[in-house]
Parts: sequence; C-alpha cells; structure tokens
Amino acid sequence: MKKDKLFAEFFRNNGVVLGSILFFLVAFWIVFLILLPQISMLNYSLHPNPINLDAGEFADDYTLKNYKYLIFGPEGASDAFNKVDLMVFVRTIIAAMAVTVMNLFLCYPLAYFLGQSKGTGFVRLLVVMLIVPYWINEILRAFALRIIFGDVGVINGLMMQMGLIDQPYDFINADIALYAGLGYAYILLMLFPMYNVIESLDRNQIEAARDMGASWIRIHRRVVIPHAKPGIASGMTMVFMLSAGALAAPQVLGGTSSLWFTQLVYQWFNDTLNWQQGAAYAIVLLIASIAIVLTFMKIFKVNMGDIGK
Amino acid sequence: MSSGVDVNLENIWIKFGDFVAVREANVNINGGDFFSFLGPSGCGKTTILRAVSGFLNPSEGRVLIGGKDMAGLGPNKRPTALIFQNLALFPLMKVWENITFSMEVSGASAGERRKRADELLDMIALPGQGDKLPSELSGGQKQRVAIARALCAQPDVLLLDEPLSALDLKLRQHMRTELREIQQRVGITFIYITHDQGEALTMSDSVAVMRAGIIDQIGDGHAVYDTPATPFVASFVGENNVFRGKISAINGDEATIATNRSGELLSKITPAAVGKLNVGDDAMMFVRPEVLKMQEGDAKTTISAKVLNEEFEGNSYSIYLEGEGGKQIKMAMPNLGNDPHKAKGDMVSFSYDASNAVVMPAGDLASE
Repeated sequence: MKKDKLFAEFFRNNGVVLGSILFFLVAFWIVFLILLPQISMLNYSLHPNPINLDAGEFADDYTLKNYKYLIFGPEGASDAFNKVDLMVFVRTIIAAMAVTVMNLFLCYPLAYFLGQSKGTGFVRLLVVMLIVPYWINEILRAFALRIIFGDVGVINGLMMQMGLIDQPYDFINADIALYAGLGYAYILLMLFPMYNVIESLDRNQIEAARDMGASWIRIHRRVVIPHAKPGIASGMTMVFMLSAGALAAPQVLGGTSSLWFTQLVYQWFNDTLNWQQGAAYAIVLLIASIAIVLTFMKIFKVNMGDIGK
Repeated sequence: MSSGVDVNLENIWIKFGDFVAVREANVNINGGDFFSFLGPSGCGKTTILRAVSGFLNPSEGRVLIGGKDMAGLGPNKRPTALIFQNLALFPLMKVWENITFSMEVSGASAGERRKRADELLDMIALPGQGDKLPSELSGGQKQRVAIARALCAQPDVLLLDEPLSALDLKLRQHMRTELREIQQRVGITFIYITHDQGEALTMSDSVAVMRAGIIDQIGDGHAVYDTPATPFVASFVGENNVFRGKISAINGDEATIATNRSGELLSKITPAAVGKLNVGDDAMMFVRPEVLKMQEGDAKTTISAKVLNEEFEGNSYSIYLEGEGGKQIKMAMPNLGNDPHKAKGDMVSFSYDASNAVVMPAGDLASE
C-alpha cells in the first residue's frame, strides 16, 4: 500500500478527530521522547565545556575533543591512552553480557515451565508473585540486596553458622552482590518475552518429537529453542541494554574498586558539571551497545521485526 | 516395512480424579488391520489412543502390542507412531527434516536422511518438495507429510488422531482412499480415531463405537451399521428412525413391538439382544430411511403418514413424514430420474422388510 493511501485509510477508519489525536500522540512520542533527547545529547557531546574553554575556543564551537578524551585521556598525560576509563568501559560491556547470559540460563527453565503449564491458577499466582517485588523502588531493592549480602547479612550469617566460613565473605568487593543485583533488576524483562513465545508453542510438537524418540535436550534444541528465538533475543537485548546502562545497582552494590561506565557518566554530569564530556561518554556507550546487539542478532539470524513481537 | 502386529487392550480403565474417561475397555486388534474408534467428542477415544501411544498410563488394565506388555514404556520406547489432530509438523524445519526427524534422533547421517526423505516423498506423491517449509504446503500435502514422518520411524502400529478433521469435504474423501491405500501398501496396523462415521465405515476393517467412556460395539462396518448393538450405536452411526414401545410378542429372532404412536410393528431382534428381550420390556425399533419403500406391505410392516417436506440432495431425495401423533419419520430414495414427488399434506403408506429393521432394549440415544 502506498503511504498516502495508508494515511487516508487511517483517517477513514478512526475518524478525523480520533485520528488526529492518535497521530499527534505518536508524533509526540517520537519527537519528544525519542528524537529530541538523543539529538540534544549528541549536540552536547560535540561542544566544549563552557566553564573551562581552551584559549581561542568558543562555547558554540563544534569539536570532537570530548570523544578524544575518552580514548586518549587528558593532553600531556603519561599514558598514550585513557586506560582507566577504557578499562571501565570494556569491563562494563563484558559484565553486562555476563549478566545477560546468566539471566538467560536462569529464566529459560522457568519460562518453559510457566509457558507449558497452560495458565492454571497456580501458575498465575506464581507470575504475580514474581511481579510483586518490582512494585518496590529499584534503589530500595538494591539496598535490600546490599543488606542481604553484607558482612552481617543473612547469607554470611547462615554460612558462618553452618561452619562453612570463619570470616564474613566480602560479597560486595567480589562483585557478587553487583551481578546478583543487576540480574535481579532486569530478570523479568528476560522472563516475560520468553514465557510469551513458549506459551504459544503447540504442545503437540513437543509430544510429536517425544513420540519419535527425541531426548529432552534434542526437543529443546530442535523444537523449543528455535520457536522461542525471538523471545530469547528480545529478552537478551533488553537485559543487556539495561544492565550496561544501569546506575542504581552499581552505585549501591558495586565494590570500592569497581566502577560501572554509567558511574563515570554520572560523575561527569553531576560532580564535574561537564555535561558535554558526560554526553560523549553516554553516546559512546549507547552506540557500542546497539552495535553489539545488532552483531549478535546477525550471528544468530534474528530479524529486527521478530524482537518487536 | 514391518508387518502388522496385534494390539490388545485388556480391561483398560482410565480415570482422571473422579472422572472415568474410559471404562473397562477390552479390544483385540488384529495385526495389519485398519481399526477405528468412532464416537462423539469427549467419549474417551483420544484418551484410549494416548494410552496406546504411551502418553498416559491406564489406571487399570494392560496395553499389549505384539503380545508385549507396554506398562512403564514411554511413547519413545513403543513401536508406535502418532499422527496428531493438528499434525504437529515442525514449522521451522524443512519438509525433509520433518519427515526424517526420527532418523535424526537415532543419529543417521544427513545423506541417509535425505535419501530416505526422497523415497518417502515419492511414496506420498510429493517428489522434490523436500526443501519447502510446511507452511508452503497445502492442507492435503501437509497431511501426507505427517503420514510420511510417522512412517519413517518404521512403526509397527500407526496411531491417527482425527487427522482429516481440518480438511474440506472433497479432500477428506480423497484422503480416505489414500490412507486406506497407504495402509494396505505398508501392511502395518492402523488405529484411527474419528467422530465421522463415514470415515470409520469406508476405511476400517473393524470399528469400535464408543459412548461416554464405554465401548458399545466392536465389529466391521456392516455389523455396526446393519445390526447395531445398542440404541446409541443405532442412532450415532448413520441416520435412523426410532420407534419406542413395548415388546408384545417374540418369535425366534423376530419380535413384535407395540409402538407408542405407530401401532404394532414387526422387526428382527438385533443379534446382540437375542435372548435378552422379554414380552412387556421397553424396547426401541430402528428402521433406516433408505430401507423404507413407498408401497404398502404386510399390516405389521406398513406405516401411514402425511408428507411434510421433500428435499432434493442430488443423488437422493429425503422425504420427511409425519405419522400419527406427530411421529417424525424420514425416508430416503435414490434419484433414479423418476421424481417420486408427493405434494405436501399427501397421505402415503410405506413399508419395510422386517429383516431390515432391528429391535433392542430401550436405552440412550446419541444426542444430535
């Protein structure tokens, strides 16, 4: 269908008034919630910081110095590269991938169980019980985990009482609390897309495979996982993107020596008041994350359209 | 291909909590037979099939395949292959991968599988279609792929759960013939589940008619159609006119029934009820629409009625009659080019052969 016809059809189906309202809302969403924030961030990142301009530099000059800074560090530094920040960046990406994979392995069996039990009352209750903790603020949940993983927390207490350890184990500095917190923060975004696609899988296909002698591993490898692929991709994308861009969990649960890249962005904005530098860092993280997601989608042959399902 | 093996169900009971889905089923299926379970939906026929295939265990009784007790063996360990009602082809696998899935499971190489798939595709008259996806095939082609997939595992028994129900009428009739041909070619035992009596009668060597978990009658198509064992079978399989009344006289294998509205009528006693009827018993007599003749006969086999309506169905006429007391009777006549047209409201007398009618103790009719 041609585009102008599509619009004519749209207004004929919805009427002029309702059609205009819907049209306006969609336009508002796209312009104010998607385009403008990103464009203004990009714009910021391409300008120098007005409070410490170099000689001969003006605040509305376009410059790549903010990006240069992330890669090469301050001019005249002893290292050729900005090792500290780059290491934080790489570590953040790898850790976000690890969190994503960990969530995948945790959620797949659960999603399979929920999806194949055909919405009985018990299953619905289970789903509600999974959602209820998310009515609590993300930061409060992170603090709850910090208490649980703390030196005098439940886990250390139990392990010491059972005689497994003599000294409390430092979960915070070992980053275990951080991974647990990040995994926990976004686990439902992994679970629900998978649950939805697995629920739509015809049970007879599993029985047919079983009837033909397939083992459970083969049934999952050949029947369930190919069917669930869009849901898996959608869940992994969301968990990866959100973990890489998380701030609350790293702030609260991160060890003293470990920085999350978003914490650097936060510092540029909040502590140093260098929004231009922070914007450049944020843009780099965003583009890198998108590139990684697209690469993996290419490798596993997932279409963009599948993810939206 | 493997030759057919016997399947025996010995005193099978299947219960789900308090609900009894199958009650005391005893069925002996001969090797190489095409055997059908026929019944309305919810009568327990699919449950029986699942017990044979191993997807559920009977609460009591034994399933024997080729004389071996199947207790404790899962579906993957039984020499059966099941064709599902919705076929359950794997939508993301190509046709040839679908067909040879059982070989993939047993570790055959891709080359072997490809070769076997081509053989089977030839057998089901879909040569060269192996690289398509199931979604690219028509309903009848998918059907045949499902059959090929089940046969690929070389089962001793093929189980079919209403596989034709999703097809349109023409294709269904065509697939009946084709299924029967395939069965005779491969020579293995087929167990077929259906609610369509036409399918059961045309394809089967033997039919078990089921009602609410109970097997009412087992026999070949003729036995089930001509000499039904119970009122349910008489009314479920094909069309029937039912006359209720009390037995007034018994003479060998014939009985006279004092019907409620149509006077005294003579009928053969159905074989299953011989010796079980006594004078004065509540009874039901069944006469098929097509055995009624538009001519007068003996007093005890002649009924008079008023013509209500006539329907032309191409190969036959259906004539709807109203007897005394509003008794509805249907009569069917083949279209031989001589329109038997009667005006509405005409009074007619028609008769039947007592050997074409069956009488049996009163009981539940199929609700339709």
